[in-house]
Amino acid sequence: MRLKVEKQILSANDAVAMQNRARLDATQVLAINVMASPGAGKTSLILATADRLPHGIRMAVIEGDLASRIDADLIATRGIPVTQINTGGTCHLDAPMIRAALDQLPLENVHLLFIENVGNLVCPAEFELGAHLAIVVASTPEGHDKPYKYPGMFARADAVILNKADLLDVLGFDMAYFERGLRMVNPAAPIFALSCRTGQGVEDWLAWLLRRLNHDEDSTAASA
Amino acid sequence: MHELAITENILALALEAAQKANARHITAIHLVIGDLSSFVDESVQFYFDLLSQGTIAEGAVLHFRREHAMATCRACGHRFQVNPPLVPICPNCGDYHLEVKGGQGLTVDSIEVSDNDETESRETNPQCE
Repeated sequence: MRLKVEKQILSANDAVAMQNRARLDATQVLAINVMASPGAGKTSLILATADRLPHGIRMAVIEGDLASRIDADLIATRGIPVTQINTGGTCHLDAPMIRAALDQLPLENVHLLFIENVGNLVCPAEFELGAHLAIVVASTPEGHDKPYKYPGMFARADAVILNKADLLDVLGFDMAYFERGLRMVNPAAPIFALSCRTGQGVEDWLAWLLRRLNHDEDSTAASA
Repeated sequence: MHELAITENILALALEAAQKANARHITAIHLVIGDLSSFVDESVQFYFDLLSQGTIAEGAVLHFRREHAMATCRACGHRFQVNPPLVPICPNCGDYHLEVKGGQGLTVDSIEVSDNDETESRETNPQCE
């Protein structure tokens, strides 16, 4: 006998992700799921953003790694509230991990929450966390073919960062080819070519992020 | 590695559906998996065989129906099936402005059960208690 099920395989995770989202909304925190390969510059982007936030805008960070507190310790030196998730071998963050991490953070005192996912262009794409925005950090040394090879990841990005853009020419990075690949799966996401090291281009990303933050605040105010 | 997490969820959904129907044994599970979701059928079956040991789903065969991703050429309208790595050029006209849709599904579609318990009316008939 055949029984219809017709359920999303990750529906249990998605249900927790919705709870996370409700909790973030209740404290008016805009959460950003930061996904990338290892070494693309997720932590660097978070720090470059933190260094340029306008006065009065406060952020917190959830760090996801297989092991170690290296990234969390670095973030903490800037006085930013941070909690580290060690997945112990699991290749992605999932919604229950975020639910537990939210307990560790002063959500009522921050406006932005960066969730640094495990460095991996495959698995994190499948797991909703409850964040409002998903961004993918690509970097020039990885090569310009990444959107073609990892379409699932790039398809769900609300914005794509191209980090280490100061090396574009040195590495012969074909920006047009990269962009065409991204546009195949994602017609709308803006691309921010920047360098966390030199600071070039970071303002454009920050301006976009702050617009999203203000827009969310406006829409909350309008509905309240 | 995310095949493990995916498989845990597949097993949980199958067991839940079988228990609801008072089924005693799950013989097969039908899945719909998008081509862009980039995981490996054999790996899911491997984890499933491990995880399902001692449950009513032990020995069940997983059937994978692939949901294809389709590219449409913005220049000539030609549609063709794609898999990662995506081809950057339309095979019909050579243009490289393409749009890819679909291939993102991840669903437990149905399960096959046997030795179905014939006392399904028990729930609706309190006298059977």
